[in-house]
Amino acid sequence: MSSSDVNTGRRRFLTGAVVAMGGIGSAFAAVPFVASWMPSERAKAIGAPVEVDIGKLEPGQMTRVKWQGKPVWVVRRSDAALESIKKLGDETLRDPDSSQAEQPDYVSGEFRSIKPEYLVLVGICTHLGCAPTYRPEIAPSDLGPEWEGGFFCPCHGSKFDLAGRVYAGVPAPTNLVVPPHKYLSETRILVGEDSEKA
Amino acid sequence: MMDGANRNTGVMAGLMGWVDERLPVTKMWKEHLAEYYAPKNFNVWYFFGSLALLVLVLQILTGIWLTMHYKPDAEEAFASVEYIMREVPYGWLLRYMHSTGASFFFIVVYLHMFRALMYGSYKGPRELLWILGMLLYLSLMAEAFFGYLLPWGQMSFWGAQVIISLFGALPFGIGEVLSLWIRGDFVISDATLNRFFSLHVVALPLVILGLVGAHILALHEVGSNNPDGVEIKKNKNAEGIPMDGIPFHPYYTVKDVMGAVAFLFLFAFVVFFAPEMGGYFLEHANFEPADPLKTPEHIVPVWYFTPYYAILRAIPDKLTGVLAMGAAVMILFFLPWLDRHPVKSIRYRGPLFMMLVMVFAFTFVALGWLGMQTVTAVRSEVGLRLSELYFGFFLLLWVHSKERSGGYLGVTFAVVAVVLLTVDGIRYDAAKAGLMMTSALIPLVYFLFFLFAPVFSNLNQARPVPERVTA
Repeated sequence: MSSSDVNTGRRRFLTGAVVAMGGIGSAFAAVPFVASWMPSERAKAIGAPVEVDIGKLEPGQMTRVKWQGKPVWVVRRSDAALESIKKLGDETLRDPDSSQAEQPDYVSGEFRSIKPEYLVLVGICTHLGCAPTYRPEIAPSDLGPEWEGGFFCPCHGSKFDLAGRVYAGVPAPTNLVVPPHKYLSETRILVGEDSEKA
Repeated sequence: MMDGANRNTGVMAGLMGWVDERLPVTKMWKEHLAEYYAPKNFNVWYFFGSLALLVLVLQILTGIWLTMHYKPDAEEAFASVEYIMREVPYGWLLRYMHSTGASFFFIVVYLHMFRALMYGSYKGPRELLWILGMLLYLSLMAEAFFGYLLPWGQMSFWGAQVIISLFGALPFGIGEVLSLWIRGDFVISDATLNRFFSLHVVALPLVILGLVGAHILALHEVGSNNPDGVEIKKNKNAEGIPMDGIPFHPYYTVKDVMGAVAFLFLFAFVVFFAPEMGGYFLEHANFEPADPLKTPEHIVPVWYFTPYYAILRAIPDKLTGVLAMGAAVMILFFLPWLDRHPVKSIRYRGPLFMMLVMVFAFTFVALGWLGMQTVTAVRSEVGLRLSELYFGFFLLLWVHSKERSGGYLGVTFAVVAVVLLTVDGIRYDAAKAGLMMTSALIPLVYFLFFLFAPVFSNLNQARPVPERVTA
């Protein structure tokens, strides 16, 4: 067969069609491979809401629970702690009104909680995922005389106040996350499920 | 006897002929060893390519054996490593060879890359060879990162947590989905460990082996560079053989065996006498099982990542920090197009280039040291200035690729000054003003000297490159 017999237009069309179909097919075939990396049903089930009993929590105390494998803190704040939160403002905090923060819309702006007394936070630093430590004491030697109590991340030195709001000039970009939660009764909180808007 | 020997050769030759008709063994042997002509003037820096191959073989071998005893399960991983260390016959040796091998791999690869920088081995026609090498370096970093999670100690866990969180810095919600996808769970968990195991023992070794093959093929296509940066293929004899070339086998196979002996001597010394290397090769915190609720006081990656980690930490904005860290690695890919100076070797490029390379090496090591320390105001400030020098190196390479006028250099300096002042303006903090002003001297002196030295001196004067290799 001489080359003049070759219908190059048809050949090019057929080649193109095969490549296009093969490409589409490969894209679909990639779906299960890519999707299988997402959390499994079991991982999601472990991520189900958890109940916390706060009845025995004294003022100033913190309790930790695990939700979606992450540490979640419930802190009962004393009146003094709430006062200190009111005192801190623009000059020390990066986002005092939590306008950038990840938090449900039913928590109050000021205290970042449904009831001022009880703070619920995901205990993971918004910088690079370390677990900050709870440092409620006022002006300890290592954190300086300005310290009003809060959370300190030992990894890269990020500081948060007792409402989980980030201090200015530290590496963490945003306030600590408030997870969805709701009150089942006066003394029981369900972490992982939204409240109806108060 | 003579007869027997002759018949033997005849049988062997016949057998080789039979094979060669079916598989080009002799042809490949000649192409890549017996008739691959390498420059005759290789120095000690040319050991590191073959040493990297040696470490790769060691890692694969010890890795296969470790896989026979290791359990990629969050409940059992830590204990299975301890089991290998205490109860498997010679398990401790296999494991220490593997963990020491990881660090030695990076030592060898960093020296190999430094060699390329000194002798301009990435320049044409070796650009693709360099890119394949960079892809190997990236794959090796991924391989090391996945492998480091497997012992499931505190540093494994939190190191991985920090690195995966880096992806979380990407905007528009992509970051969160991406880190969830990488982890396969809401936190680092059994799912993450299991997939990292699979990637570490199957996927990346395959990628690395493929890239090594391509790297060597590309090398043998263009031919090796040498300490003089002279193309030996330009001077061939009547048979078409480079006059400054010698067959790789037996000349360089024998030489590389010598290198391997010296290397293994050092390697064995570390394996037997200092496998943890004082916490640099195996970090102390990793002898404690992973605890998702408790962060170690001081998280540091293993030493070979710390220069980039220092750049990340020096920048007070999370996304910018992550991007700068990524850029610090990716910029190396563009080296062949940034450094366009026609002279390849540091031997003939003039003292300025030598100083530039030395300062760059120092910057890289100093960043590596900073990346291992706890954060203080002074250290992050110095880290930032050194990051500026790190990136400045590539700018200067580009600027000094040819002779520039004083005006051109002046404009470049002005642009650099505006960029650096903008950075300082954005991160301005009254409490640190004094520190910022003092540390600004570091980039100021650096850029003033390296930009303007060619105007006032002949430091950047290249010397004539010889026609043929020396020595």
